Amino acid sequence: MNKNIVLCGVGGQGTVLASKLIAAAAMKKGLGVMSAETIGMAQRGGSVFGNVRIGSDLFSPMIGKGQADIIIGFECGETVRMLPYLKKGGYVVSSVRSIMPTTAALGDTGYSAQPMTEYLKNNVAEGRLSLVDTLEAEKELKSSKVMNLVLLGAAVRTGVTGLSEDDIISALPDAVKPEFIELNTKAFFFTK
Amino acid sequence: MHKEFLMGNAAIAMGAVAAGVDLASGYPGTPSTEVLENTAKLRPEGVYVEWSVNEKAALEVAAGASYAGARCLVTMKQMGLNVASDPLMTLEYIGVKGGVVILVADDPGPISSQTEQDTRRYASFSKLPCFDPSSVKEAYEMAFEAFEFSEKYGTPVILRPTTRICHAYASIDVRDESEYVTHKPEGFIKDSKRFVIFPRLSFKNHGNIVKRNDELSEVFSNDPRNILTPPGKNSKKGIAAGGISYAHLMEALKDIPDDDKPSVLKISTPHPFPYSLSERFMRDRDEVLVLEELEPVIEDELLKTAGKYYLSTKVSGKHTGDVRAAGENSIDDVFSYVSKFIGIKPLEEPSDVLSDAPSLPVRPPVLCAGCPHRASFYAVKRAMKGKKTVFGGDIGCYTLGNAMPLDMVDSCLCMGAGITIPQGIGHIEPDTRCFGFVGDSTFFASGITGIVNAVYNQSEMTVIILDNSTTAMTGHQPHPGTGHTLMGDVVEKVDIEKVLRGVGVTHVETVDPLDLDKAIEAVKRADSKKGVKAIIFRSPCVALIRKGRALKIDENKCIRCKKCIKEIGCPALSVEDGRIVIDGSLCNGCSLCERICPTGAIKKEADHE
Ligand code: SF4
Ligand code: SF4
Repeated sequence: MNKNIVLCGVGGQGTVLASKLIAAAAMKKGLGVMSAETIGMAQRGGSVFGNVRIGSDLFSPMIGKGQADIIIGFECGETVRMLPYLKKGGYVVSSVRSIMPTTAALGDTGYSAQPMTEYLKNNVAEGRLSLVDTLEAEKELKSSKVMNLVLLGAAVRTGVTGLSEDDIISALPDAVKPEFIELNTKAFFFTK
Repeated sequence: MHKEFLMGNAAIAMGAVAAGVDLASGYPGTPSTEVLENTAKLRPEGVYVEWSVNEKAALEVAAGASYAGARCLVTMKQMGLNVASDPLMTLEYIGVKGGVVILVADDPGPISSQTEQDTRRYASFSKLPCFDPSSVKEAYEMAFEAFEFSEKYGTPVILRPTTRICHAYASIDVRDESEYVTHKPEGFIKDSKRFVIFPRLSFKNHGNIVKRNDELSEVFSNDPRNILTPPGKNSKKGIAAGGISYAHLMEALKDIPDDDKPSVLKISTPHPFPYSLSERFMRDRDEVLVLEELEPVIEDELLKTAGKYYLSTKVSGKHTGDVRAAGENSIDDVFSYVSKFIGIKPLEEPSDVLSDAPSLPVRPPVLCAGCPHRASFYAVKRAMKGKKTVFGGDIGCYTLGNAMPLDMVDSCLCMGAGITIPQGIGHIEPDTRCFGFVGDSTFFASGITGIVNAVYNQSEMTVIILDNSTTAMTGHQPHPGTGHTLMGDVVEKVDIEKVLRGVGVTHVETVDPLDLDKAIEAVKRADSKKGVKAIIFRSPCVALIRKGRALKIDENKCIRCKKCIKEIGCPALSVEDGRIVIDGSLCNGCSLCERICPTGAIKKEADHE
């Protein structure tokens, strides 16, 4: 069975590294991988996504609506935006953090995390949602740069990606500079 | 052979290197940029690479190298080909000696472009063969094969992937280094009858090209890259597709029972079109659907096929309104087109679960926190407040200066037009203060001629050069002003100030835009002078420098006037439960907001008492 993984967030949050790691881990196991991501203007703070597909009979790198086995959301509003891509009974791992775009800061409508996380709780099947307190993780890890690994760790532990913790850890050296492996490993196990 | 997980653009680079490319040139542009970057990274000993000053220069340099027998790769995005169209149109009449592959990346959507133009149309306009890959794997193989093909038929070849191929990744089989072709250019042998274009030569070669393309249509009809699969026994229908739409189509057909499957025609060579093959595809079909992005190229060719061979097959697609005319074909679009055409309901209709969701914020791209362009725009805005002005914008990150609250881009057309559009407005409305904004890379690519035009034709304008010492939008490529090349050589910088003075701009000032007061003064000074004036706002791109310490807002001093947000719109500034806050992970301490806050509430952390 093919695995479809959707990553989403805001430009600059490190979704690209997370999809690279998933792909590298799957390749090491001899699985076929295709992926796609946002490159270009939207990387400047716009909504960005990554699609990763693992399996043997893949043609398109893109994931259609209702096809994702799991959504890994780096910003809770962006997670909500991508929900139509989730399969029935699919998993959602999302940061509780919201990032206010300047358009919202300028107006008076406001934008905050709480209604988004509420919506996720009401719309993702029982036991399939994991909300990750990335603010807490940032404080504890003293870095804001490794939230991708924190979320990836939580995603892998749902079991739905078909990849194990060891698969990801052994792929780390391919994607991360040696001096950052320790921090990234710590981040990966943060929610354990 | 071995397996690698590659981005489409990296796969293309690897295919070209494996084919023994001798020279690669190009100009950055999303989604094509990584092709040349990866070629440079992989570059075997003796291979020459360059970021040319623009696409026209890139193609001409490659043409010269090809005359000397070299295999050449030229890279650009679709609009870059407009710039390179002058040499392109004539090069086909001259032909090539060493293989020339022109990589032109199209951008359906568009995602990062001004137009949705289709390079396949350029291929038929310029009479060049065109390869259109539908996967990363195919992009790799086509890049490899195109050089030999180019030499065999003496013509440049256009390789035309789209964004979803360029920026997709796949694990694919690639050649080991020991399997690479080694290619030795023969050298340039003088032959003015061959390399100097004259009307008589054009006439002769025009006829030859038309004949050759007829022959290529047959060759492509038997090319295994154009695939014709027969229909299931219940189907009288067919679907033709090219590019990523073919990949989506193959996903959609997985759910359809074999007996109901339509015949499928995959077009990998949209020009010259393989007519004998398309005739075979259409002959026994009642109706065919065409899935492609941008222009209805395949669709037009199938209509032509119907006319040529007196077929009564109905052709559906963009012309009939069955397929979207603009924008990219998402995989969901293709699923719904296919199920509607075949008359089979999809197993599961994608549900729109979002109808009851809390309203999601729009999230347009913005200038980064601490971007010096924000300061430059703001300085001009403040200096010119209350005056009748026009601000010509150009192509680069700084196009984003149009967003609220800066709202400092009144026009944006194409590379270089930020300088010339205000000239036109100024001639019609002489009481308007005209400003043209241009980035450093764009200045070299196509800004200089516009400035010469202004000086020569006595325009009244201020040119603002936003010099952040890189080509930021496309991922930080070097250019003539940076002092280093793609080969890694350190070279003499081409000095923007000297260029401006050299072409006759007498008032030129270089200022740090983050020094707000001085920047505003400089703008006022330039504006008060006659003729063509220039200000170079020089400050490095924030993505290239070490992040400075974030600033903090003193809650006791902040009166929540929101002036900081409303004046400059830095994405690090936001509102949290009514309080104004700075996101420490985004702020890079540029201190622009500090200079705007009326109460002195924003300060470096250490300065808070
Ligand atoms: S100092 Fe102010 S304007 Fe500059 S990056 Fe930080 S928040 Fe943005
Ligand atoms: S400008 Fe100063 S006082 Fe006004 S909202 Fe911003 S920090 Fe507060």
